[in-house]
Amino acid sequence: MKRVNAVVVGAGAAGGIVAKELAVAGLSVVLLERGKWYTAADCRKDDLRNQRTTVLGNAFGPEDEGTPRVWVDAQGATHTVLASEGGYNNNAACVGGGTLSYGAQAWRYMPQDFRMRSTYGAPAGSSLEDWPISYDDLEPFYEQAEYEIGVSGDDSGTPFRGPRRRPLPMPPLPPGREFSVLEPAAKRLGLHPFHIPMARNSVPYNGRGPCMRCRWCVGFACEVDAKNGSQNTVIPVALNTGNCELRTGCMAKEILTDERGRARGVAYFDERGRLREQWSDIVVVSGCATESARLLLNSTSGLFPYGLGNRYDQVGRHLQGHHYTGALGYFDFETYDDIGPGATIAISDYNHGTPDLCGGGMLANEFIRLPIHMVDRLPPGTPRWGLAHKQAMRHWHKRTIVIMGPTQQIPTADARVTVDPAVRDKWGLPVCRFSGNVHPHTFEIGEVQARRAEAWLKEAGAIHTSLMAGKPTIVSAGQHQAGTCRMGNDPRTSVVNKTCQVHDVDNLFVIDSSVHVTNGGFNPVLTIMAVAYYASAALVREWKGTGFRS
Amino acid sequence: MLSGSKSALVTRRQFVAAGVAGGAAVAIGCNATDRGNWEFLTVDQSRTLAAICDQIVPADDFPAASQAGVPDYIDRQLIRHYRRYQDEYRRGLEQAEALSRSRFGRELASLPARQQLEIVAALEQQKPEFFALVRNHTMEGYYGSPRHGGNRDAVSWKMLGLPEPPLLGRAQYDLGKGESQ
Repeated sequence: MKRVNAVVVGAGAAGGIVAKELAVAGLSVVLLERGKWYTAADCRKDDLRNQRTTVLGNAFGPEDEGTPRVWVDAQGATHTVLASEGGYNNNAACVGGGTLSYGAQAWRYMPQDFRMRSTYGAPAGSSLEDWPISYDDLEPFYEQAEYEIGVSGDDSGTPFRGPRRRPLPMPPLPPGREFSVLEPAAKRLGLHPFHIPMARNSVPYNGRGPCMRCRWCVGFACEVDAKNGSQNTVIPVALNTGNCELRTGCMAKEILTDERGRARGVAYFDERGRLREQWSDIVVVSGCATESARLLLNSTSGLFPYGLGNRYDQVGRHLQGHHYTGALGYFDFETYDDIGPGATIAISDYNHGTPDLCGGGMLANEFIRLPIHMVDRLPPGTPRWGLAHKQAMRHWHKRTIVIMGPTQQIPTADARVTVDPAVRDKWGLPVCRFSGNVHPHTFEIGEVQARRAEAWLKEAGAIHTSLMAGKPTIVSAGQHQAGTCRMGNDPRTSVVNKTCQVHDVDNLFVIDSSVHVTNGGFNPVLTIMAVAYYASAALVREWKGTGFRS
Repeated sequence: MLSGSKSALVTRRQFVAAGVAGGAAVAIGCNATDRGNWEFLTVDQSRTLAAICDQIVPADDFPAASQAGVPDYIDRQLIRHYRRYQDEYRRGLEQAEALSRSRFGRELASLPARQQLEIVAALEQQKPEFFALVRNHTMEGYYGSPRHGGNRDAVSWKMLGLPEPPLLGRAQYDLGKGESQ
């Protein structure tokens, strides 16, 4: 195969952007994606098989056959899990990655989110740290993501956000009934509710129409293609340059290195299972926090016996996601209007600034309530089956509001991805193995957040409430997974430098959620995108043609 | 090709709808390995499963689980996504029958509803893992998408006052107005 300038592994939120930025700058790019390219026609509206409710499998990958992972519980016992099971911590495996089927909340982190250690100090036993870059460094790239991907919403109602030079490119969708119930209640509590920024068209944008407001959003591909992911924005732009080739069904096996310790390409299995080598000047790993770490760890050689970037045993550590907590409120009037897309109102009053708590998170109304979700969300004390359960379904389905939010996790070095010594996937590659957990202070913050959600619901008129505040015994990385190839200035405590370049391999980059030092109290995708634009800009600046060296 | 497979599906659904009412008559002549029109279950197992499902979601003003096709949903998945639970179902349904015969001397499906409820409650106590499986699968079959054979005619969605197809949002927008490309 013809040697190219860059191989990008993974066509998700970050990889799509990197491929586009490099291709537009004139580099020849091969974009490898293990999954398929789905379209709006693959929406299917199947409530039992999508990317959020997976009892009958993942709609957008990976499939269950031949793709196991292993997790180690607090007692040290190991469990092998299928891709559609909870402990798998899946995101997606397809062109667009998670952005094909996500809920599309497009948050900027707050300035403090990049300075967690300076703001709070690191709790004992945690690995809380500052990012080596600031909100101000990323601000132009947040804006680029908002305009190129397309974000609607209006965050002018809250003072709890970083400065922005330009407003969002699209107005929010008109409010639904939950918004009209929750907004005045939040204001009575002295809070600052506002319209959630969403990577979703509220008006025609980028040549595609607006959201049709169905309730089947998060977990599904958008039927009218109004939800904006990398698959319908940057990846088509990349392909249209003529400089980028997308290869689907291709699973990266390892990053190849030469005798001098530089990356020389990627070995991968193509869609027919044949082992291929694509040589390149640079390699960019954008496989998401779990799979990027796995690829680096599986890329062993004489010079790199422990995997690439892993000289100081840092790859895979500080695994984090979000600790979701909140509350259910039950009302004596109908709160459900069956108008989508889902979450509409949020507050970020509680992300920072609570004495004795290292952070917090935003709170928002829930994203989706299909009947199958309500089955286990009835008021406490409701029988789990039988006539009373059926009648409770009927009574409460339209009289419930859920408020919850992503509590920022306090990372630890022990929460990590390694590769399992025994279990292999269908390509024969060692699989991800999860162990450890986030710092217990995370759960204290989460509990306070749940009580705040409950207070908001009560103020809105809930006649019963129940708290949702568990203490998972394993790190909940899931679709918000981050942190496994930490960005930092010190090679002994991080994997990449502040432009996402692996410390000891100068033509190898990790550009995705892996580099997040901390993960904010918000859905991470816009930050993943902003970092991808930022790191791509640095890479293009440094690019001096074949034989890249910085 | 497409229309051919669709008409086969309709035929099967019609057959299953008829089969619930006719089940007792059909069952008289069957033995323990007769699958009738089921893909995984035997006819006997299907009767036991239907009886359990109908206690989990009983009839009131709206249909019971079996009337909504829940056993059909479970049967289909037992040779598809839930292949891994085949043994649990074989054993669990056998245990439910054993409970019924030891307590009432008759097969579960032939008992009056009150005694069926007693057996299903005992099953929940004695075989909690199997019961949790059937309970969850019954909820999926009753409240999930009709595309998988359960929730026939979207009865549960109608019960909850939700539209079928579930697309009220679309009705509020005239997509022909040229907003969308």
